[in-house]
Amino acid sequence: MTGRSALEAFASEVGADGPVAVVGGRTAWDVGGEPDADVRLVAAPVGVVEYEPAEMTVRVGAGTPVAALHGVLAEAGQITALPSGSDGAGATVGGVLAVGRSGLDQLRWGPVRDALLEARYVSAEGRLVKAGGPTVKNVSGYDLCRVLVGSLGTLGLLGEVVLRTRPAPPCSRWFAGAADPWSVRSALYRPAAVLWDGSTTWVWLQGHEVDVEAEAAVLGGLGFSPVDGPPVFPPHRHSMGAAALRTVAGPFLAEIGTGLVHREDPPAPAALPDAVVALNRRVKAELDPTGRLNPGREPLQAMA
Amino acid sequence: MRARTPVDGDADAGLVDDLRRAIGADAVHAHALDRALYARDASTIDVGVAAAVCFPTDTAGVAACVRVARRHGRPFVARGSGTGLAGGAVPLDGAVVISTTRMNAIRSVDVDQRVAWVEPGVINLDLTRSLLAHGVHFAPDPSSQQACSIGGNVANNAGGPHCLAYGVTSAHVLALEVVLPDATVTVLGPQDGLGDVPGLDLRGAFVGSEGTFGIATAVAVRLTPNPPAVQTMLVDFARVEDAAAAVSAVIAAGVVPAALEMMDARITRAVEDFVHAGFPTDAAAVLLVEVDGLPGGVAADAALVAEVVRSHGARTVRVAADDAERALLWKGRKTAFGAVARILPNYYLHDTVVPRSKLVEVLTQIYAIADRHDLLVMNVFHAGDGNLHPLLVFDARVPGTLDRVHAAGAEIVAASLAAGGVLSGEHGIGLEKRDFMGLLFGPDDLDAQARLRAAFDPDGLANPAKVLPAGSRCADLQHVPDGVWV
Repeated sequence: MTGRSALEAFASEVGADGPVAVVGGRTAWDVGGEPDADVRLVAAPVGVVEYEPAEMTVRVGAGTPVAALHGVLAEAGQITALPSGSDGAGATVGGVLAVGRSGLDQLRWGPVRDALLEARYVSAEGRLVKAGGPTVKNVSGYDLCRVLVGSLGTLGLLGEVVLRTRPAPPCSRWFAGAADPWSVRSALYRPAAVLWDGSTTWVWLQGHEVDVEAEAAVLGGLGFSPVDGPPVFPPHRHSMGAAALRTVAGPFLAEIGTGLVHREDPPAPAALPDAVVALNRRVKAELDPTGRLNPGREPLQAMA
Repeated sequence: MRARTPVDGDADAGLVDDLRRAIGADAVHAHALDRALYARDASTIDVGVAAAVCFPTDTAGVAACVRVARRHGRPFVARGSGTGLAGGAVPLDGAVVISTTRMNAIRSVDVDQRVAWVEPGVINLDLTRSLLAHGVHFAPDPSSQQACSIGGNVANNAGGPHCLAYGVTSAHVLALEVVLPDATVTVLGPQDGLGDVPGLDLRGAFVGSEGTFGIATAVAVRLTPNPPAVQTMLVDFARVEDAAAAVSAVIAAGVVPAALEMMDARITRAVEDFVHAGFPTDAAAVLLVEVDGLPGGVAADAALVAEVVRSHGARTVRVAADDAERALLWKGRKTAFGAVARILPNYYLHDTVVPRSKLVEVLTQIYAIADRHDLLVMNVFHAGDGNLHPLLVFDARVPGTLDRVHAAGAEIVAASLAAGGVLSGEHGIGLEKRDFMGLLFGPDDLDAQARLRAAFDPDGLANPAKVLPAGSRCADLQHVPDGVWV
């Protein structure tokens, strides 16, 4: 069931009282802490509601698996920035947005947060609220969508969203070699990803076949060879500047140009400025004064 | 529009003295002429009363101005170049205007990381020019980019033609150093501009908040590599409907041009008289289509665009032969608003967005609305994004004209919303469209936005009475200025 009635049913299921958590594919269930054990679980509506490829937008129930959405988009040769594939198997649209982690190709296509144009969510008071709008450009009021992405469902429970789509790249290939990752990035025009573990550099090229071939030739000149895909990622994500990366100890895999570094050990608690922590708390207090939405999960404990 | 009674100069004496003590006498202007100059922005809204105009040179200076304003219980309004068209920088109730024009340093450029920290007073085009040698640029390019500031771009999330492929301004703002409404200085987003920070995306909420969440004092902007190849095409049509249909068809064909702009016959003639770029003055509409990227893909995309537009009735497809011709075509597009001054002295520029598939339908209605109100309308807009910019051209000296302009404007907004569109694509809400917000959002939606605002500005002193209509929240006591036309 999708559309208005599904949203209304979702809102009434959430209701106005008592702790409640929304469950998606449980693929990132522990990010920022698991929901409290006694919390009531609800699930968001499922299904593509409206899709016009020429608008490059899609309206979809937040409970829809990303893979199912991408299956629908693929028929029109399109994709979204929501990560899919091995790291997102089983993940739902709402879950991916609530966690807010970007795909590996964000260097070229941008972070996942930029894909959300409109959200219809259930507020802490059990009301259906619209944030944003369905068009690719929109500055009508405050950009509530941005704080919903990465909020782990603590500000509102996503019911239905409008996402930006784009043409799927016709060609996609991985390469690996030993060159300096920053030099490699500069030698290419907008690669989808450049990864580096301190010795090996992996490059993901996407686009027109003729362009990928031309840049593959550049990489060949730098000693790169085609590979099947990226290496296995260490489990924990850190944020790190380029200078720190040059001297980091221990195994790591860096997403060059994004500041993200994957490591075996969990990151030390971030020392956020007091004013930023206070703002986080005030936004939460304003939008969920009783703290009933996804209790136990804390965005301040997670990197979006 | 009715002018409000100016704040009595004596009443502001203590405030002005304190501001001068805080940032220096030379940096605070409070003569009647200064107050008048800074009482409005580039909109037609004429209800502002500036108590004083401050020109801090650094972040501490901005924070000091905010502290003084708070101590006096005065609102404060950040102002960039004053090119805003929605009344966002109009000071109400004797607000302290904090101009960022003297904060125009490019603090750092990291080409490897593609991040630059710039101060809010940096002019958009100056930033891109200064980056030329590095082979990168700042992608958001409003038509006013020769004059508008980065701080203003951030405040309004103000984009431009190249948002189509590169994304809106928010996508190019990585982090912000801000003075919050309580005068605290902090950074929203990652300190070095890259990476993720735990917690909510406060950076994203701040962009487009029109100065109501605080004042940005430095912006970490994403730098975009200059494309190795660019093709710019001028396409002309005998029918507006064909041009609009071609826009959707290009996107549907799987091409996302770097920019896809449309100009109707009236604006094309005005521009041609002005810049002499060889625009076809007998066309009903022209499209300016730019594709960029690596050479192979650009050639393929340009060929596909040419094929699609020809199959939708294009008469000619002129490809710019070199950078000079390309620059001339863009000059025509970006000076269009200046060109209309040759027709009539005043214009009112609207900014709504509709789904691409509704472009023809809404354009037809806009022409009919203008006819009904006996006004001249010209259209030059970001067609690829569905971002309309109807330009109502008039002579304000003719009695009653402004009323007709405003009535037509309200109908254009209604037509855009009825087609599934939104109030603004890049100019913002400000005072201009504040009271239209209820047409797009319900009470619960506005309440949620008001709560977000309250989290940033619990005392309501940062650019009050903008963006949200009075009563968005039960406890809302925002002052409604007299004479605002909406």
